[in-house]
Amino acid sequence: MYVAVKGGERAIENAHRLLAHERRGDRDVPELSLAQIAEQLSLGVDRVMTEGSLYDRELAALAIKQARGDLIEAIFLVRAFRATLPRFGATDPVNTGEMQVRRRISSTFKDIPGGQILGPTFDYTHRLLDPRLADGFVPEQPETSDVTQAATPRVTDILGRDGLIEPSPAADADAPVGDLTREPLSFPADRDLRLQNLARADEGFLLALGYSSQRGYGRNHPFAGEIRFGEVEVEFFAEDAGFVVPLGSIELTECQMVNQFKGSATEAPCFTRGYGLAFGQSERKTMSMALVDRSLRARELGEEVIAPAQDEEFVMSHSDNVQATGFVEHLKLPHYVDFQSELGLLRKLRQEFAEANEAPDMQEAAE
Amino acid sequence: MGLTGRNSREAQRKAAMAVLAHSEAGDIADHLAAIAVPAHENLREPENGLVMVRGRIGGDGAPFNLGEATVSRAALRLATGEVGFGYVLGRDRQKAQMIALCDAMVQSMELSGEVETKVIGPLREAMIADRSRKAAEAAATRVDFYTMVRGEG
Repeated sequence: MYVAVKGGERAIENAHRLLAHERRGDRDVPELSLAQIAEQLSLGVDRVMTEGSLYDRELAALAIKQARGDLIEAIFLVRAFRATLPRFGATDPVNTGEMQVRRRISSTFKDIPGGQILGPTFDYTHRLLDPRLADGFVPEQPETSDVTQAATPRVTDILGRDGLIEPSPAADADAPVGDLTREPLSFPADRDLRLQNLARADEGFLLALGYSSQRGYGRNHPFAGEIRFGEVEVEFFAEDAGFVVPLGSIELTECQMVNQFKGSATEAPCFTRGYGLAFGQSERKTMSMALVDRSLRARELGEEVIAPAQDEEFVMSHSDNVQATGFVEHLKLPHYVDFQSELGLLRKLRQEFAEANEAPDMQEAAE
Repeated sequence: MGLTGRNSREAQRKAAMAVLAHSEAGDIADHLAAIAVPAHENLREPENGLVMVRGRIGGDGAPFNLGEATVSRAALRLATGEVGFGYVLGRDRQKAQMIALCDAMVQSMELSGEVETKVIGPLREAMIADRSRKAAEAAATRVDFYTMVRGEG
């Protein structure tokens, strides 16, 4: 039960003023600019865009600054902002096969057409803190080398040519693309809705679920068929112009997991797939997403649903960190009336308990 | 105009729009300053909004909604009649307005040459140079595998 409570306005106002002061920190230290956050904390920006479900680097940087680096709070701010703008429509589906690749690796084939391109990665670093960064370190300019004109086809496309991997589900022109920002979730949910949910899901939640699936809670024995990161063109059918217009490009990370075989009396065994896609350079996120996407296909692939990562209602209902934090954190709001009624009930029960326990003693004494 | 003519003109407009969408608003403005901007009226005041960005399941399958992106758009008509549209990612309404202006000029017999030489052309070169630099940086991180031969073989 919620009851409007009056009072506390001045305390709230002063608390927000104190918050603004603490956010700024020591005023002798130069203030952070949005460009500094966007350029130098870029993976945090990528996460806020991905889970805030809004591609806009500057807004995500502003949200991180306003939230004092609390990324879930920043994601909340971005989600609230997107409700203030009208939606013009949906883009044409992006073509990740034509990505301008900055990083592209496969753990399944050494010699893939287009090659293994490590790009900017933490992989193979020694994870030793670098004291040089504490004070004005100027890195070298990146090395360059000749660009081969070889295309970089998706690894799954190469496997698909020989029928060794299941094809992606074909588009159904008659079926509208599910959108959980427009219709409430209902179960069972189709894969398009599941992927939309996973794309904006909390990275930590997906990481833990993906990890659980690897450790045996649900069958999942994948290879990272391919991870790629780079720029992808975005195009949009503009009704007023009457044709598809280019909007510019966005950075995306894509992960294709290649999983164990499936086969039947009528179908030859082949690899199955899990898919991950996210804004920016979000490798851990897309890998976790691809693991959970595959786990959630248990029903479709006739696998026994025995683990949390395979339970779509469990996963999709708890993956959103804005919803989760709202429900967890609402516990700190005033529940005075609720609590008073519980307190009254508890006192009554204790009194009844005391009376019941006193009664036999008195009887005994009387005897 | 036949279908082919219309397609090729659309392709030309799209190519110009792509260059402009990839360019910084400040750079577009700098190059536009070299042109006498023709008289025009706004058909759609520059505005901000969102588009839902779609991906495909598995990269090549059925579409799904990935997440939204901010966009700006504008539309205007030159005094000579050409109608231009500007659509671009981000919240820079002025950039959408400049793209719409360039799109209208690209369609004008008198202005298309000038806008190509003074605006689109130089911006295209800068865009290609930027892409080539990024590709060359990525190429330097390409793994060259070699096999270690051990023992006497």
